[in-house]
Amino acid sequence: MTGTLTMVGRSVRLSRRNVDTLLMSILLPVMMMALFVYVFGGAIATGTSYVNYVVPGIIVLCTGYGATSTAMSVADDMKKGTIDRFRSMPVSSFAVLTGHVTASVARNALATAIVVLAAVGMGFRPSATLLGWVLALGLLLLYVLALSWLAAAVGVVARSVESASVFSFFMLFLPYLSSAFVPTATMPAVLRVISEHQPITPIIETVRALLTSAPATSGWLALTWAGGLLVAAFSLATWLFRRVSSR
Amino acid sequence: MIVETTGLTKSYGTNTVLTGLDLEVAEGSVLALLGPNGAGKTTTIRILSTLTRPDGGTARIAGFDVVREAAKVREVISLTGQYAAVDEEQTGRENLVMIARLRRFSRSAARSRSADLLERFDLVDAADRRVRTYSGGMRRRLDLAMSLVARPRLLFLDEPTTGLDPVSRTTMWDAIGELVREGVTIFLTTQYLEEADRLADRIVVLHRGGVVADGTADALKNQVGGTRLDLDFGTALDAGRAEVLVGGVRTGSRLSTPSDGSAAHLHRVLDDLRVAGVHPERVSTHRPTLDDVFVAVAA
Repeated sequence: MTGTLTMVGRSVRLSRRNVDTLLMSILLPVMMMALFVYVFGGAIATGTSYVNYVVPGIIVLCTGYGATSTAMSVADDMKKGTIDRFRSMPVSSFAVLTGHVTASVARNALATAIVVLAAVGMGFRPSATLLGWVLALGLLLLYVLALSWLAAAVGVVARSVESASVFSFFMLFLPYLSSAFVPTATMPAVLRVISEHQPITPIIETVRALLTSAPATSGWLALTWAGGLLVAAFSLATWLFRRVSSR
Repeated sequence: MIVETTGLTKSYGTNTVLTGLDLEVAEGSVLALLGPNGAGKTTTIRILSTLTRPDGGTARIAGFDVVREAAKVREVISLTGQYAAVDEEQTGRENLVMIARLRRFSRSAARSRSADLLERFDLVDAADRRVRTYSGGMRRRLDLAMSLVARPRLLFLDEPTTGLDPVSRTTMWDAIGELVREGVTIFLTTQYLEEADRLADRIVVLHRGGVVADGTADALKNQVGGTRLDLDFGTALDAGRAEVLVGGVRTGSRLSTPSDGSAAHLHRVLDDLRVAGVHPERVSTHRPTLDDVFVAVAA
């Protein structure tokens, strides 16, 4: 337990000092939100105030992106010999991954809080109940945890820190093919099918419904996706780490 | 024997790295594994430090099997890898405290052990600076200090001075020498004969995954040949006359002659030449290099 806590402390300290990445993971979503609300938003018809529509999407986008720096941190440890040092010590070296994932969740919590505050400044008026907030944040937490473990798995097998960063590009792109920024009904048929059936859409819709106290129609689907993704990503990370460790 | 391996084999795909390695290292001694890149040095260290499983053969550290009793092996050893495994964004002190906490030191014990090691490795002034600002030599010293937090019985050093400047190299050698005096068994790999010579009781030369020479530094050098004296003359004619006087092999205006490396021998050769009126323009001595060792043992 001390081992895991020490690793968590290490990862949090490293995240805090990696100012570029930290700033990027906070500034990027805030700027994206400003861009969507003030530049594109006026032209997008969603049936509600655009800022209320877009905030859940921005949060999911920024958490997804924020989780990806985990892949780079893990890849760095794998390549630089840090993991070898830990593995040659009588400690659970898997705790290195747990540390990075925990730091990732902490970073994302911070980024999410700042995004919500900035959104309120731009006119976001959530009408959620306390229960709505708890459920929405719980779902987001599950999603961030899943993506962080997925990122950790990518970091374990990445050939270099640079190739691990490809994951962040992918994660930055994926939310555009969802109902994050525009209703999927406006998309061509093929894209609409993809958009409606990828995990991000039900998660965004559920968070949106919870925050604006609309009925959450896709709640169970979102929970299944996030939970399933977490189990799959955690198993994958564990399996890959064992495999790399026994080479 | 703190290290005992028998018939250790390892290959990656079609690339055979170790072809049946037999090694024994006595507790308290210093063994240098010498060899070119790709000889299997790092693979040997990785197997012995429980990072990699061997395909065949057995390896025991302090009597524990490296595969089946890895956890017990890890209590005995410490590893300093080829690249300094230090966190750039943590300070030197934070890196050390982290390792101490992972080694189950209490908070206060971790702090005092770190302070001792910072002092010992001359890192007190830099202790609270981030490692990012350290020089290569400081990083290596911190890396070594991190390996010593738990006072290992056996320390693996994988090319401890590769890439260091001469001054930092000497500092590392002194630090390693001090550990030897404390009785820590050291298993190091190196590409430099000089390093092996300076630190090791015993040198094992690895070539293509197997042991090709095993002995003390002196024994190894004798196997290769002693020091060589090169005398450069103005003309091939002078070199020819010198060849008759002192013997050796002539190439153009250069005469190469074997020597024991002593000043007395050099004096004798130069005196003989002076008496005969043959004056070399330049004199240089060559100690056997790792290249010579390889050429000799791999042939």
